Amino acid sequence: MTEFEAVIGLEVHAELLTESKLFCESAAHFGGSPNTHVGPVSLGLPGTLPVLNQRVIEMGIKAGLATHCQIPRITKFDRKHYFYPDLPKGYQITQFDQPIAEKGWIDIETAGKAKRIQLTRIHIEEDAGKLVHAGADRMAGSVYSLIDFNRAGVPLLEIVSEPDLRSSQEAKAYLEELRSILMAIGVCDGKMQEGSLRCDANVSVRPLGREVLGTRVELKNINSFKFLQKAIDYEIQRQITAVECGEPLVQETRLWDEQKNRTISMRSKEEAHDYRYFPDPDLVDIEVDPSWVQSLEESLPELPAARRLRYVESLGLNAADAGVLVAEPAAMALFEATLEQYDNPREICKWLIGDISAYLNDKHVELAQTQLTPHKLAEMLTLLEKGTISGKIAKTLIGPLLESDQTAQALIAASGMTQISDSSALEGIIGEVLNQNPTQVQQFLEGKEKVMGFLLGQVMKATQGRADPAQTNQLMRTLLEAKKNS
Amino acid sequence: MISTESIKHIARLSRLSFSEAEIEQFTEQLGAILNYVDQLAELDTTGVKPASHALPAINVFRDDTVLHSLSQAQIFMNAPETEEAYFKVPQIMGDK
Repeated sequence: MTEFEAVIGLEVHAELLTESKLFCESAAHFGGSPNTHVGPVSLGLPGTLPVLNQRVIEMGIKAGLATHCQIPRITKFDRKHYFYPDLPKGYQITQFDQPIAEKGWIDIETAGKAKRIQLTRIHIEEDAGKLVHAGADRMAGSVYSLIDFNRAGVPLLEIVSEPDLRSSQEAKAYLEELRSILMAIGVCDGKMQEGSLRCDANVSVRPLGREVLGTRVELKNINSFKFLQKAIDYEIQRQITAVECGEPLVQETRLWDEQKNRTISMRSKEEAHDYRYFPDPDLVDIEVDPSWVQSLEESLPELPAARRLRYVESLGLNAADAGVLVAEPAAMALFEATLEQYDNPREICKWLIGDISAYLNDKHVELAQTQLTPHKLAEMLTLLEKGTISGKIAKTLIGPLLESDQTAQALIAASGMTQISDSSALEGIIGEVLNQNPTQVQQFLEGKEKVMGFLLGQVMKATQGRADPAQTNQLMRTLLEAKKNS
Repeated sequence: MISTESIKHIARLSRLSFSEAEIEQFTEQLGAILNYVDQLAELDTTGVKPASHALPAINVFRDDTVLHSLSQAQIFMNAPETEEAYFKVPQIMGDK
């Protein structure tokens, strides 16, 4: 049987974190009531002229530098024409043949194997308005549509990879790395669910070893890493089956249907595209001086790849943990700040990517929305290290620590959650437990050592987990041994 | 020259409806414009560097600042139909 390989390229759209839109002074922020961040330029009113936001050019150059792209000296904007209600001007201002950055690469790793993925180009373009289709969950079947132009004119970077990816795992690794880079350099917030990072995948299959590419399908509507993998896997399988059965594949756009776990063909466009690109006469060329590029390069922060390496080599984190931490800028910033007050990187990392991350996922909140500060985290970890609280207590403290403005010390004092490590107090409690459980004590004396686990559990229950585990263990053994000998 | 078919096609894409007489008229007028612009092709441009602009300026920027947006009354002033705070448009696909 023929073996197939998949050929995948990604087109990623990243909404830029500017204050204002690409070509006008309306706010570029996500959300807001419909049609509240809209000016004459966003609406494409006759007589309006675009004026370029300088920060967008700077962000484009930064993204190019962070992905090892070349930054051409001259860049310009072009008009791409198509008729669609979310595009009031009848054309989108984008970059055609002279993009802001080109010929870069990103290194990824899947299953311990490193691979370099080439970037074709990065260009700047304006986003379109948002359509709401009435009477159906998507366009097909809707009776009419509603338009919100808040998003119209928001600056985007489109980052296009070469078709170097061979599996959904590689596609996911590439998107994760690209997302980390864009977030690290502060140009995009990386929120896929909110649409500030969007991804289209071009997928085709071919018999292994063949040079010629198969018929390509463009997958749209992918708004999470999970869907990216599922959609690509589904599409690869669908195409292989079609080829094996001798069914023709058509070049088309397909949507990921998350309810039914499959890709579906979009209804064909009204006509073959002829975008009639030409330089936008309203916008003059941009000459990017090498000294400008250099100053932007110097302003770049440590990039994810370098940071992961440092975390592993100088801080002793394992590679997987370092990867998780670096992919989340908020957690990473808290990690760095906490490290200044508490010198155990592994412990801080363990709590951040463990219990704290689990709490955030569970409550659907972000770190910035919680009350957690580097000081509070450092304090809790210090109390844990000193044995004032047990690991179990520390786990129960995470919720209150994130929800209230109280310090760990105050929370512990208020709830009496300090660890009991005073031996006379512990002896009293253990003695009581032994008296209440004569059967188990007898079993122990007859050599059934395992029941000690049960007895220790009773002590923990009696103290609501506050008994120092190591000390309790030792004291209990001493007391039981004493009974044996008496 | 431009054909009447092209004019009808563009009209449909632009959501404009014209009478047969208007289509005749626009075919003729747009054809005349295209012929006029075609004169440019008569120039010998061998050795002339392609230019994207006639203006001598480069790097015209503005700062990344937010100024006022329009009020909803202004935004919807020219909209044939609205619903709540949205522009309302006819069914996008499926029409002939």
